[in-house]
Amino acid sequence: MTSPHLLWLLAGVGGILVLASIVGEILRTRLSPAGENPVIENLNARINAWWVMVICLALAFIAGKPGVVLLFALCSFAALREFLTLTTHNRADHWSLVACFFLILPLQYWFLATDWYGMYSIFIPVYAFLLLPVVSALRGSTKDFLIRVSETQWALMICVYCASHVPALLYLQIPGFEGRNVILIAYLIFVVQLSDVLQYVWGKLLGRTKVAPNLSPSKTWEGLVGGTLSATAIGTALYWMTPFTPVQAAGMCLLITLMGFFGGLVMSAIKRDRGIKDWGHLIAGHGGFLDRLDSVIFAAPIFFHVTRWVWSTT
Amino acid sequence: MSLLRILAARTTGQAISTFARFITAPRALWQGIEPVPHQRVYFANHTSNGDFVLLWTALPTPLRRQTRPVAALDYWLTSPLRAFIGREVFNAVLIDRRPEARTEDPVAQMTAALDQGSSLIIFPEGQRNSSEADLLPFKSGLYHLAKARPQVDLVPVWIANLNRVMPKGEVIPVPLICTLTFGAPIHVDPDEPKDAFLARATEALLALKAPA
Repeated sequence: MTSPHLLWLLAGVGGILVLASIVGEILRTRLSPAGENPVIENLNARINAWWVMVICLALAFIAGKPGVVLLFALCSFAALREFLTLTTHNRADHWSLVACFFLILPLQYWFLATDWYGMYSIFIPVYAFLLLPVVSALRGSTKDFLIRVSETQWALMICVYCASHVPALLYLQIPGFEGRNVILIAYLIFVVQLSDVLQYVWGKLLGRTKVAPNLSPSKTWEGLVGGTLSATAIGTALYWMTPFTPVQAAGMCLLITLMGFFGGLVMSAIKRDRGIKDWGHLIAGHGGFLDRLDSVIFAAPIFFHVTRWVWSTT
Repeated sequence: MSLLRILAARTTGQAISTFARFITAPRALWQGIEPVPHQRVYFANHTSNGDFVLLWTALPTPLRRQTRPVAALDYWLTSPLRAFIGREVFNAVLIDRRPEARTEDPVAQMTAALDQGSSLIIFPEGQRNSSEADLLPFKSGLYHLAKARPQVDLVPVWIANLNRVMPKGEVIPVPLICTLTFGAPIHVDPDEPKDAFLARATEALLALKAPA
């Protein structure tokens, strides 16, 4: 499933990471030789984690469709574990929670792997939505019932349904783009994550005006505008590896970087409400899987549907 | 013990530990003490049969090798599989909770294990807590152990969320993240009465409940 374009993109990302690692080491030698500067230490931890994430993604691309589907099924599992740790549920929900992890999640990815679009696009919003509350109701506890079932459904929508739209891109059929769908995934993740990184960089350099001071102290208008525009510019420059014309690529990049920003905002609101800073601890420097994936999760379904609607024949 | 049994015990231990990680992604917060290989008695809240597995899993390997859970003989010797897991996989110090049936004094057994250089994991509530209260009243074992070996660090460990992963009576665990908070060690004062010490130990454990 490798194509020359994918190798170019991976080589480019590898180059960026080599540069970032060198800069991180220089900053550490100058400013934090004994590990005393937490910002520098966090930056280096983030860069190291990026290496691991990029290598995992590259290995999945090499393994082909099964590899990519499996990787995102595992990401969904880790994300769902983080999300449901913070939601309201009691003993009566035990079986519905077990079903979320061991029935609904595998089924969603199974429908995806068998390319059953009619099923995977409604399975969680319709079937899980209607049947899961029944499992909780049968156990008889009514306390906070609506809150419990809504939060569980939200967790499934975000962590399983939306996340599964990343590998779903592999199953679109775009005339003239056959065998290269993996580029769509690499492109989506690259542009959205680049936008995250650039929003962070622009925000640290110029950030003054907070977008939503109650939600997140690190999201500024300067970071938002600088990050989305520069990521859009870089994404547009890469239009030649996508099915899009330059103008279309610019529109798509703007769409997914904005959705990515909204994802970060909404997920911050949830974290703030539950009194936590990070969703988890498994990705050193970044926090949890959801901290890293929130923007991609929000961008993926929209990117998938617009691409399918305009360019795909299926 | 034959080589094959040792190998089987090692593999089973690794498998149980990996499964526990997969389900709970345990996070160890060392708040009042460092994870260094000193002899210690870890005392924790007890809400699930998985408690000691999780605590054991959360310890770094060199510490884990020298740490033995203290477990109920009347539970762990009821079937050959449990006996294999209790005795050989986790190398548990098996104590009898039934005073009328036991032939050995639990405190003497634990003291003997400490004298061999092991660290211990104990649950001073003496049984699983499925009540609404955070902790059940501590049994006196912790006090007697502290009196017998006053130099050993008693480390409080709060295990959060495991009761939601596997509520009493359920068979399949729900994957949720568990946090283990290790607090500053306590010791019994030379003339501290039993109740005062147990109250202090309870206090030290409860103080770890709110995440930092």
